[in-house]
Amino acid sequence: MNRTEALDAVKESIAQAVPDADLAGLGLDDPFRDALEMDSLDFLGFIEILSERTGVRIDDEDTPRLTTLSGSADLLVARTE
Amino acid sequence: MAEFTMPSLGADMDEGTLQEWLVQPGDVVRKGDPVAVVETAKSAIEVECFETGRMGELLVEPGTTVPVGTPLALIEPTAEGAGKPRKTEDEPPVRPVPAPVSAPTAGQDRGHIEAGPLVRHLAEQTGVDLEAVRGSGPGGRLTRTDVEQAAAATTAAARARVRATPLARRLAAERDIDLATVTGTGGDFAIRAADVREAAPRPEAPPPRHPAAPGRPAHPPEDRTAAMRRAIAGLMTRANRDIPHYYLSTTIDMAPAMEWLHEHNRRIPVAERILPAALLLKAAALAAREVPSLNGFWADDRFTAGEGVHLGVAVSLRGGGLVAPALHDADALELGELMTALKDLVARARTGRLRGSEVSDPTITVTNLGDQGVETVFGVIYPPQVALVGFGRIVDRPCAVDGLLGVRPVVTATLSADHRATDGAVGAHYLTAVDHLLRNPEQL
Repeated sequence: MNRTEALDAVKESIAQAVPDADLAGLGLDDPFRDALEMDSLDFLGFIEILSERTGVRIDDEDTPRLTTLSGSADLLVARTE
Repeated sequence: MAEFTMPSLGADMDEGTLQEWLVQPGDVVRKGDPVAVVETAKSAIEVECFETGRMGELLVEPGTTVPVGTPLALIEPTAEGAGKPRKTEDEPPVRPVPAPVSAPTAGQDRGHIEAGPLVRHLAEQTGVDLEAVRGSGPGGRLTRTDVEQAAAATTAAARARVRATPLARRLAAERDIDLATVTGTGGDFAIRAADVREAAPRPEAPPPRHPAAPGRPAHPPEDRTAAMRRAIAGLMTRANRDIPHYYLSTTIDMAPAMEWLHEHNRRIPVAERILPAALLLKAAALAAREVPSLNGFWADDRFTAGEGVHLGVAVSLRGGGLVAPALHDADALELGELMTALKDLVARARTGRLRGSEVSDPTITVTNLGDQGVETVFGVIYPPQVALVGFGRIVDRPCAVDGLLGVRPVVTATLSADHRATDGAVGAHYLTAVDHLLRNPEQL
């Protein structure tokens, strides 16, 4: 998976987990959980969707790397190499 | 002939607006079936039928606001239609058959089908029978695409006859929408007014309401936030005026629980992962069973214990405001089941598809403000309940462990309790029970 694909997968998964999220104003390095007011259930939904979409298993220990769009994309790229 | 009346969906409700009928005269209904959507100041709620029989005359038109207790429709009890005899007639209107647990659990008896909860949920929403679909994923696992393709095929086949509620048909006609293009979310995937509204924007000039039974029109959506604030204001003012609260707090070592949780989550599919919130809720429910004098209602100068532990869960809504619907019999749910039920409940609370039984009968409520980052919350009790449990954020703190200083994850658990119903010793017993359960997570 290249970085552009990874970034798209992350954005689309967030949009699906939080349907009313405004992703347009979100920077690549903004902590999106706070910016989009995602609670732990929303975040878990995001991880489920992302895992299912990309086939990458994401464990509890990985979640610190999933705070920004670019961090999440980096994780996906690293795991699919 | 029985009357179906406007139910009281919580202590803060005096009147409600009949938004939509989900049935028509002549339809056979069973006790527990959703028959109407009622809009309260807080949300739109699916109201279940309390009687088994055949729908008679509908007495109130959609869009009409009436006080609690007003007859909305007649139901003719039938001997044959139901399959099982009616039991008692004097049950409270919205006391449920246990809420049917939704999609993910429904599929569990077909263990050989490999599909995640999201896929199962999609299948349920779109009316696809998973047994009839071939999985194209690894190991024959069903993917979203499989279900979407099957759904498209089903929709095409079903185009001939579309199930829709009367109001949905009328709206569709007004807005010139082909019902076959709308995805239904009602019972048996029937199309409901909300689905039509979602499918097409409101026409330029809204059509005049039917000249209906006396009553005022529903709250326009822009008033919703204000109405929600007024409802919360009324109830919380009453709580603070009438209930002599006492407050207790304790700090609980979460290291054993978090270790257990991480270990558990490592071994299972992502979709079945359990959040710390589920552990906290389960501990709160089990402790309520252990200390029943905090689980119930204060009314008419005395305490009545709740039948079962129906754990109210405070859910903040994205547009502002909150609701606290019940997880029925939360003390008896396995953690996995509780997690599934919690996801389902929160999702429906936020999309306005709660059921009457869920909003009317919590026996004790939990507020978990951990996600908002605060460490301690002392809540206001929801009358007529007598206790509210609060959990803050799980944070790493220095702690003395076996005479040494260590860093441990801890959570602050609080109890707000009604001093008319219990004394501090009872509250202390409750928080000690919560603490004990969380230190022994295998008991949850």
